Amino acid sequence: MPIHDQTYRRYGGRRDVVGRAWQVIARNGILTMVRKRLFLALLLAAWVPFVVQAIIIYFSTNFAQVSSFLAVTAERFRTFLEWQQRLPVFIITVWVGAGLIANDKRANALQIYLSKPLTRFEYITGKLVVLGVFLLGVTLLPAFLLLVLQVSFSGSFTFLRQNLYLFPAITLTSFLQVLLSAFLILALSSMSKSSRYVAILYAGVMFFTDAVYGIIYAITGSSSLSWISVAANLRQLGDVIFRLQPRYSTPAAVSLLAVIVLIGLSAWVLERQVRGVEVVS
Amino acid sequence: MATSNETAPVVELNNVTVVYAKNVALREVSATFHAGAIGLLGPNGAGKSTLLKSLLGFLTPTTGKMTVLGLDVATSPLEIRSRIGYMPETDGHIPGMNAVSFVAYCGQLAGLPAVDAMQRAHEVLYYVGLGEARYRNVETYSTGMKQRIKLAQALVHDPDLLFLDEPTNGMDPKGRDEMLALVYDLAHNKQINLILSSHLLPDVEHACDRVVVLDKGQVVAQGPIDELKGRRIQVFELRIKGDRLRFAETLRREGFECHETDEDIMRVLVPGEDGGRSLFALATRENVQVRHLRPSVPTLEDVFAKAVGEE
Repeated sequence: MPIHDQTYRRYGGRRDVVGRAWQVIARNGILTMVRKRLFLALLLAAWVPFVVQAIIIYFSTNFAQVSSFLAVTAERFRTFLEWQQRLPVFIITVWVGAGLIANDKRANALQIYLSKPLTRFEYITGKLVVLGVFLLGVTLLPAFLLLVLQVSFSGSFTFLRQNLYLFPAITLTSFLQVLLSAFLILALSSMSKSSRYVAILYAGVMFFTDAVYGIIYAITGSSSLSWISVAANLRQLGDVIFRLQPRYSTPAAVSLLAVIVLIGLSAWVLERQVRGVEVVS
Repeated sequence: MATSNETAPVVELNNVTVVYAKNVALREVSATFHAGAIGLLGPNGAGKSTLLKSLLGFLTPTTGKMTVLGLDVATSPLEIRSRIGYMPETDGHIPGMNAVSFVAYCGQLAGLPAVDAMQRAHEVLYYVGLGEARYRNVETYSTGMKQRIKLAQALVHDPDLLFLDEPTNGMDPKGRDEMLALVYDLAHNKQINLILSSHLLPDVEHACDRVVVLDKGQVVAQGPIDELKGRRIQVFELRIKGDRLRFAETLRREGFECHETDEDIMRVLVPGEDGGRSLFALATRENVQVRHLRPSVPTLEDVFAKAVGEE
């Protein structure tokens, strides 16, 4: 007879309805990351630009001399999001996202996951939420907090009333950044068992496409091929969303199409790669 | 016995064909897995794992219909997976977790509330013999321990049906015996139906009541083990004086299964009832002296060899 035979009992308790497993995956992924001190330090560092902007807003709303050269404009929020996209979003995407599926593939965990009552869609959703929470936490959340601070420091809603479009603009830009980054890194993560390789590949995609565009621009002097660069597409769309003069001559629709194609391609890769069995033809 | 309703089928396959990486892994398979402990037997590459993965919904059959616990695999995969536990053949775990967190996490994925999942995780880890090692990271486990934790994660949500894919792979003899004892206990004392996929005949014979034998993607035999062992064939241990190889060849030509053993004794499977007389007649005809002829109890190995041999 087996050891500890008496300890096994049939379970007669409550069972959750099918369809909530993505929440379990997301919660576990988030908790796993926030238990890492180094990652918490990174999150704090990602909020340094917010602190700087908050100080600027404080001085510009309270001291007339400062507001003459550091005025709070809608463009300041766009600049803030662009800076966040340039570094914090990139680092967090690589750090959190590279191993999200690759580590599961390395440990043969997909067959464990998918033998439970959850769909591949739920699995991917759970992983997306993990990354999305951290990325929105360094884009959408601080940008909205800056708006709140602006109102608090100035003591009036004048700026907000004049720039009401900032709410959808910040939301849209943040979600665009987060969706593209998250889908791209998850797709790459699903194609490998090594998170390091995925991180290098993602950095390669981001830097290489930007470098290729940079070279073409240096040679031709035209920015009409900016759609080649993943980052440039986000910059272009950000400008349009914030009602600023677009910095590239590529039509915004082309940039949007490029982003949609990239997200669609990533979703297709995920659909192919996230399976209970690996089919080698 | 495993359940009160032993004859009720828990899994049914009707004319199922599965093409896997351009190869036909299962070819028009029709089989019934009754409640209790069922062995899924076959040599490597017979299609056993493919069958289990198809039942889990990982692979979609090109033709045929499969039902698990009365539910159609094609239309109710999630309902089925909430009621079954799967112990995969290959190592598998969630990276970076200790055993109790891993098993509790699997419980939550299967729909258990967090507190219940944690409590069940402790219980099943004790049950499979990992109680003392439950706070160790799974990645540091030995092969035998990894087999046990795979069983624990399959059990945590208290499934009605267990799929065990080669559960004793890589285990030492003691660990193997303990694993088989667990499997037997689950099926015969805990009322959990299970399908034990293995190429190891003694494992299946020890733990199961019924067997389905697969070979080259087709079912070649199925039924209660006792019935299969007693059916159609008589088994004899035979030692002769003379050219053993030539006589073995003659036996095969006459339609008898003949297997060499480590010693100079052959195991001969004779169809029908009058096997001893037939063997003596053949020995006389071939001018061979029979030194030892003893009826033997048919083993599952004999059934398996005959089933696969016929194919």
